[in-house]
Amino acid sequence: MLKNKSLVSISDLSDDDLNNVFLEADKMLDYINSSKKLDIMGSKILATLFYEPSTRTRLSFESAMQRLGGSTISMADSKTSSVSKGETLADTIRIIESYSDIIVIRHPLEGAAFLASKFSSKPVINAGDGSGEHPTQTLVDLYTIKKELGEINNKKITIMGDLKYGRTVHSLLMALTRYNVDVTLVSPENLRLSDYVYNELKNKLNITISDSLEKYINDTDVLYVTRLQKERFTDKNEYSKLIGSYRITAKETEKMKNNSIIMHPLPRVDEISPEVDSTDKAKYFKQASYGIPVRMALISMIAGD
Amino acid sequence: MEKTLKISKIREGTVIDHIPAGKALKVLDILNIYENNSISIGIRVLSNKIEYKDVIKIENRFLEKIELDKISLLAPSATISIIKNYVIIEKFSVDMPSKIKGILKCTNQNCITNSGEPVKSEFSIISKKPLVVKCIYCKREMKENEVTDNI
Ligand SMILES: Nc1ncnc2c1ncn2[C@@H]1O[C@H](COP(=O)(O)OP(=O)(O)O)[C@@H](O)[C@H]1O
Ligand SMILES: [Zn+2]
Repeated sequence: MLKNKSLVSISDLSDDDLNNVFLEADKMLDYINSSKKLDIMGSKILATLFYEPSTRTRLSFESAMQRLGGSTISMADSKTSSVSKGETLADTIRIIESYSDIIVIRHPLEGAAFLASKFSSKPVINAGDGSGEHPTQTLVDLYTIKKELGEINNKKITIMGDLKYGRTVHSLLMALTRYNVDVTLVSPENLRLSDYVYNELKNKLNITISDSLEKYINDTDVLYVTRLQKERFTDKNEYSKLIGSYRITAKETEKMKNNSIIMHPLPRVDEISPEVDSTDKAKYFKQASYGIPVRMALISMIAGD
Repeated sequence: MEKTLKISKIREGTVIDHIPAGKALKVLDILNIYENNSISIGIRVLSNKIEYKDVIKIENRFLEKIELDKISLLAPSATISIIKNYVIIEKFSVDMPSKIKGILKCTNQNCITNSGEPVKSEFSIISKKPLVVKCIYCKREMKENEVTDNI
């Protein structure tokens, strides 16, 4: 049961919760496709508090709420709002909770969403806390695999790119421990999963670590690509060199087996070349579109009547 | 050879015994000491025939819960004896609390508890031996040496 609960970490959800969110998302997908007007969240208000630049995550929450018939309010750019005047997050939350029925927060510091949930009597959804978690992205990722491949169990999942700083990857790996899957992690050595994350996962998930995709690509069901951020490299030549070997082009997709898919949390930069977009493997835009039914499901289950 | 410790008896106060050898100064560091508290410290004194330990004796001072909690993290093996009129009236081992609240700073600079919010840090204990604790906010784990350095 999710009613009135905050979603800070993917581990806040039971296996049943996950399945219920997916079932509900299926229904929402039908509504979206039928263009029926919904009034599930009629009198309710969702507040988005983004302390970090974001376009899609925030828009997808606002879109989801409005499709449910509810309305949204959002904080102006954090540079111009009370944040720059030094107000604590705790105070901001205690004010915003009286303005809204559900709060969505993104913040650069780890634990911010948890803190917000402690100060708020209204449910809080974590939309990213520093290098911590991003649970709704994870729900969208799982839902995409389920929709596109029928099920999550027994799949070979290869995750490639920045595994050290990418919160998307941490949340996803945590969630995958619930399923029977084989995970291969491909990254340059300096961007491997940090020890504290690896230690938490190693007993719960079948993980192989590699710096080369070549060996695994033809046996992979899901190739999950994330961005290599230029800022993480002190040596720009090193970045240029690496991005060459971590780019997915049409040549790589040809090696992939039938019914396998490529995912990416977006925005992508150089790591998937545009020629891949038109192949039947490319599911990253589809993945982004699933963000709406999944967030609709979540909002209505948490803050609906 | 004389077997008893060469530290004079105290009339009233607290003895912190069985501190792992070499950790006494660290323990002393977290105690609130006032002007009327005479302190004797034994460092690397023989505890039995083979093992060394540290001992701290403080006159006119009885420890508070928060001090005992801190000691339990720094020196889990420590025993506390409360002295009145030169005799031990109470003796107990320190006990690690199940929640460590407000006594440890999270080593993650990017943790929300390090940014001036009106909350106390809070950790759960993942393992007592070897000591591993986990910040309930940012979920980062800290090992014994990090714990020792951040009390
Ligand atoms: N290096 C990275 N590896 C993996 N995921 C990343 C990386 N950098 C950012 N992301 C994720 O990509 C997603 C989109 O980035 P973000 O900056 O949040 O834009 P938006 O809010 O528009 O979605 C987020 O889920 C974010 O956590
Ligand atoms: Zn922390």
